[in-house]
Amino acid sequence: MNANPKPVGYDVERVWRDFPILARQVHGKPLVFLDSAASSQRPASVIAAVSDYERLHHANVHRGVHQLSQEATQMFEHARGRVREFVNATSTREVIFTRGTTESINLVAQSYARPRLHRGDEILLTALEHHANIVPWQLVAEQTGAVIKAVPMDQRGVIDVANVAAHMNERTRIVACAHVSNALGTVLPVREITRLAHARGAVVLIDGAQAVPHQRVDLKALDCDFYAFSAHKMYGPTGIGALIGRESLLEAMPPWQGGGDMILTVSFEKTTFNVLPFKFEAGTPNISGAIGMAAAIDYIDSIGIDRIHAHEQRLLALATEKLTQVPGLKIIGTAPDKAAVISFTIDGIHPHDLGTILDAEGVAVRTGHHCAMPVMEFFNVPATARASFACYSRESDIDALVGALGKAREVFG
Amino acid sequence: MDLKDLYRDVILDHNKTPRLFGRLDPADSSADGHNPLCGDRLHITVRLDGDRIADLRFEGKGCAISVASASLMCEAVKGKQRSEITHLFNEIHEVLTHHDAPIPDDLGKLAALSGVREFPVRVKCASLCWHTLNAALEHRAEPVKTE
Repeated sequence: MNANPKPVGYDVERVWRDFPILARQVHGKPLVFLDSAASSQRPASVIAAVSDYERLHHANVHRGVHQLSQEATQMFEHARGRVREFVNATSTREVIFTRGTTESINLVAQSYARPRLHRGDEILLTALEHHANIVPWQLVAEQTGAVIKAVPMDQRGVIDVANVAAHMNERTRIVACAHVSNALGTVLPVREITRLAHARGAVVLIDGAQAVPHQRVDLKALDCDFYAFSAHKMYGPTGIGALIGRESLLEAMPPWQGGGDMILTVSFEKTTFNVLPFKFEAGTPNISGAIGMAAAIDYIDSIGIDRIHAHEQRLLALATEKLTQVPGLKIIGTAPDKAAVISFTIDGIHPHDLGTILDAEGVAVRTGHHCAMPVMEFFNVPATARASFACYSRESDIDALVGALGKAREVFG
Repeated sequence: MDLKDLYRDVILDHNKTPRLFGRLDPADSSADGHNPLCGDRLHITVRLDGDRIADLRFEGKGCAISVASASLMCEAVKGKQRSEITHLFNEIHEVLTHHDAPIPDDLGKLAALSGVREFPVRVKCASLCWHTLNAALEHRAEPVKTE
């Protein structure tokens, strides 16, 4: 445990108390929430920020001259600024609000890739992608005749940089990969992958949904072309997220959806489009969502993302150690560099049965294929159970999980 | 919500030692069932004697509820007429989906599945085999999906 000392002054009980939902009971047992990788909970400050906006400031943005519209616009654009700061993007012109990671990736696939790809061009993915970073590319491949290739992983769930290089060639146009695998926890070498892709003239999209809540993301240092993430995995609301794109690429891309807010002038003959980022934000946006997202960033900053990272890494090491001692338990995904996500199976107990038994004990884990069916296929399992940790996770949560697994063993004899 | 009511001894027994497990070859009809949410997969082969199921087998992988339900179903329908099977299907469907539906006497061992109705997300696990059997009896080519 020396490798992962307790972060100095990290008061997890206090953090835990910031999240009202964690105090509730499930089936008469205290809730033990270990499904933050699917969607994290929200602190009171985020709930209050959304509620405060709805009660006091709501009006449509970028439209009215009246006071409320100005307040809403100011708060919405302030949120954009907070998102930029959070991932160290170059400019707010590069920060596009979307419904989340999935919509961000679809936007790039349809607006960037579709007009540019030709028959035989290659889109390079990895074997551990979430369906959200596979299916949009399959759609665009079907539309353009482009070909999808996937870099395989090894038995630990590691994507080797040399292997990525070996899968690139002069037809590689786009490289799209996760920053952190949702199913396995693997942290991918995205900086090296970006460098390799750029050396080949390919454009890089990174699915950062599972990275932003757990570690510092510095897009200036990373230098990728597109970075996608969602608020609801980082203590913010659902239905809001961002696409950060390189300004020169965004400028050259056609709008994805048409409507209000994304135009400058409209006549029946000709429409001129608005400037970045509004060109990609047709219609009234999710204003309260963006404000909630900014409040979530404020919350993360109030603790410190590096301290959250250290806290979660300590829990990951502890949980790995304790789970390894559970008879018949096998951890799926053993990369040396992992986020605080543990996928596992138990001999003789189907993950779906495990999920039900754990739930009866108040322990919420994800069971299933985690929207990563190719990953399940690779490890030859129909599904896994997955425990994932967040800033509010406690050591006692791990003990509750281990206890509930013992209960499952009892039921199944 | 009582786990003991879901994982009754009969269920655990049929999960551990499924009856009529395997594949008939040759068979008069077969069908695949798939529950994409949890990855359950079933393959059912049937040998018919007129309107009667002379013999059948199932194989596949799934959770305890889906395996036990398929095993119990195969035992229950073997040798039965189509009309009797439809009757059983309707009864088990009613029991699985209605919280307070009475449990008919003629369900026999299938009644052990009644605990599933307290766990709504697991109802599909128990019903997959029945939909798959229906598909086999109707000679449907498309795999049955519960999503």
